[in-house]
Amino acid sequence: MTVDLFAAAAPLEPAEPAQPDGTQPDDAAPVVELRAVTRRFPGPPVVEALRAVDLRVERGDYLSIVGPSGSGKSTLLNVLGLLDRPTSGEYLLDGRVAGTASEGERARLRAQRIGFVFQSFHLLPQRTVLDNVVLATMYGGVPRARRRARALAALERVGLSHRVGFWPTTLSGGERQRVAVARALVTEPHLLLADEPTGNLDTASSAQVMALFDELHADGVTLAVITHDLAVSARAARRVRIEDGHLEEIA
Amino acid sequence: MNVRDLWAEALHGVGTRPTRLFLTILGTVLGIGSVVVTVGLAQTAAGQIDKQFDAVTATQVTVEPATSSTGGTERTLAALPWDAEQRVSQIAGVVSAGAVATLDVGTLAVTAVPVNDPSQAAKAPPAVMAASPGLLDAVRAHVVTGRYFDAGHDARADRVVVLGAGAAEKLGVHRVDRQPAVFVGDVAYTVIGIIDGAKRVPALDDAVILPAGTARHDLDAGPPDQLQIHIATGAGQVVARQAPLALDPNNPDAYTVKAPSAGSAVRGNVQADISALFLALGGIALIVGGLGIANVTLLSVMERVGEIGLRRALGASRRAIAGQFVVESVTTGLLGGLMGAAVGVMTVVGVAIARDWTPILDLRVALGSAALGAVVGLVAGAYPAIKAASIEPVAALRGGV
Ligand SMILES: Nc1ncnc2c1ncn2[C@@H]1O[C@H](COP(=O)(O)OP(=O)(O)O)[C@@H](O)[C@H]1O
Ligand SMILES: [Mg+2]
Repeated sequence: MTVDLFAAAAPLEPAEPAQPDGTQPDDAAPVVELRAVTRRFPGPPVVEALRAVDLRVERGDYLSIVGPSGSGKSTLLNVLGLLDRPTSGEYLLDGRVAGTASEGERARLRAQRIGFVFQSFHLLPQRTVLDNVVLATMYGGVPRARRRARALAALERVGLSHRVGFWPTTLSGGERQRVAVARALVTEPHLLLADEPTGNLDTASSAQVMALFDELHADGVTLAVITHDLAVSARAARRVRIEDGHLEEIA
Repeated sequence: MNVRDLWAEALHGVGTRPTRLFLTILGTVLGIGSVVVTVGLAQTAAGQIDKQFDAVTATQVTVEPATSSTGGTERTLAALPWDAEQRVSQIAGVVSAGAVATLDVGTLAVTAVPVNDPSQAAKAPPAVMAASPGLLDAVRAHVVTGRYFDAGHDARADRVVVLGAGAAEKLGVHRVDRQPAVFVGDVAYTVIGIIDGAKRVPALDDAVILPAGTARHDLDAGPPDQLQIHIATGAGQVVARQAPLALDPNNPDAYTVKAPSAGSAVRGNVQADISALFLALGGIALIVGGLGIANVTLLSVMERVGEIGLRRALGASRRAIAGQFVVESVTTGLLGGLMGAAVGVMTVVGVAIARDWTPILDLRVALGSAALGAVVGLVAGAYPAIKAASIEPVAALRGGV
């Protein structure tokens, strides 16, 4: 797994304008391709959270990202999820330039191609479980008539069909995180990003969520999961470590 | 994300905090309410004044022969015909018309008894007037007892009279069922009725009124002094233009017409002053209301930073976030506007009922002020919405929902 092959072509902008709207993603291209991505926070003090990171994530990969606190894991995930822009370097999502795309384009890509799962769930407390999942379809451009069915299907997939009308505050931590996974899945993203998804969960709930990720991986979903839990990272097919902004593969 | 989604999300945002919503819109309710009350009371009062105005002036037209004063003596340019009431009756807006003349009876005595009693000589005798059959309705007088004469009496020159209430009192005539007589000179006339309420021609109250035909036959009466026309509201200008033509198509300038003017400038000025004061107060209340909405919307943005971050992560553009908060504040303002309009309408109705007035309020004013509430919300929401849109998703997500 190397990026050298493409590095030579980098100055020529391989993100072909031949794909103007992205309805037909390039199957051959990796889902994620980072080329010497650096993220520097201007401070003071200046912090280099990512230092010349190269990373390729192929379709269907299950990638775990480990590293000590403050090493740059969340920063990496934010860049991958188009919530943050690299200071320098290139980010290709599905083979197309995403790191320097317009704000509107990045919002559209987030809505349609990327799913997020956060450590603290981020469910809206005044909305039902179903509404929380439907919310993602709204921004994802799913036609109104199909939103409910899609959300119900996603909730069934995470095993929460019996909780659709509940308020998030009445659910256990594990259930809340599964709602969040359903919300991330409902738009059928190309890339599912999770930042310490089990960080707030007990062992049993963690196991449920990890089992769910295994299933998604088996179904062909591309996953990138940040964790400091070695038991969790051990389940991923491929592991990388970040230390002080440097990324390296773990054999 | 389309407009309907935006509304649905905004309604959720507004609806989850009802107590706060109520406090937020209070200023707008007061502002819109006072605007509606101001306009409503102004309209109601105007309607009230118009009504009183109508009763005396606004529905009456008077036609008199024009006069010219050449060489110190005033003389009329034309004579009104006695059939003037038929001539103008076809004009649109004419309800009824009648001609009247005051007769000079010289030294003839007007008494209820043929005997000349010297003790009564000190009293001024009642006037003698001639009238056409339509006059009673034209001056909106009413019959106290008996009846008023009709076209038949007029055409046959019957010796009948109708007494004004004051004249009847003077002559000691209170009932007409025994066919009392009134003498003009030594000619007896049968009293067939007593009338009252002729405010348009006050002289009628103190007069012995003969049918025009009778007056011309017996007393050699001249042409009418004036033609009184009762018109429909708003027909003043039309009738004023057409009546002289109907009376004499070849010489319409021979008549002067007194018609109600289109409006009253004095009334308008007084009301404008009052309205301006109240509208200013309403405007201040609206500004305060707008600041209230802006404040609460800004607070709501700060409270919901986590939600904003989540929505951005789910693919909401900056514009979608801004739109959501703008629609929320517009909805809040609209609610305030609707409630304010409702409160205002109820106040106007309440005041009108208490004063025994007819409440008048243009529906467009009520709906327009409700919409004004939405505009206040729009202006108030602009800054918080820009603020919300400028929040960076990474920073926002660190907070939590
Ligand atoms: N907005 C920011 N401004 C300045 N420094 C930041 C900002 N975000 C993160 N950092 C710094 O970047 C480094 C990496 O942070 P982060 O990616 O959150 O670490 P991790 O998720 O691995 O714990 C840390 O030293 C952190 O203090
Ligand atoms: Mg982190």
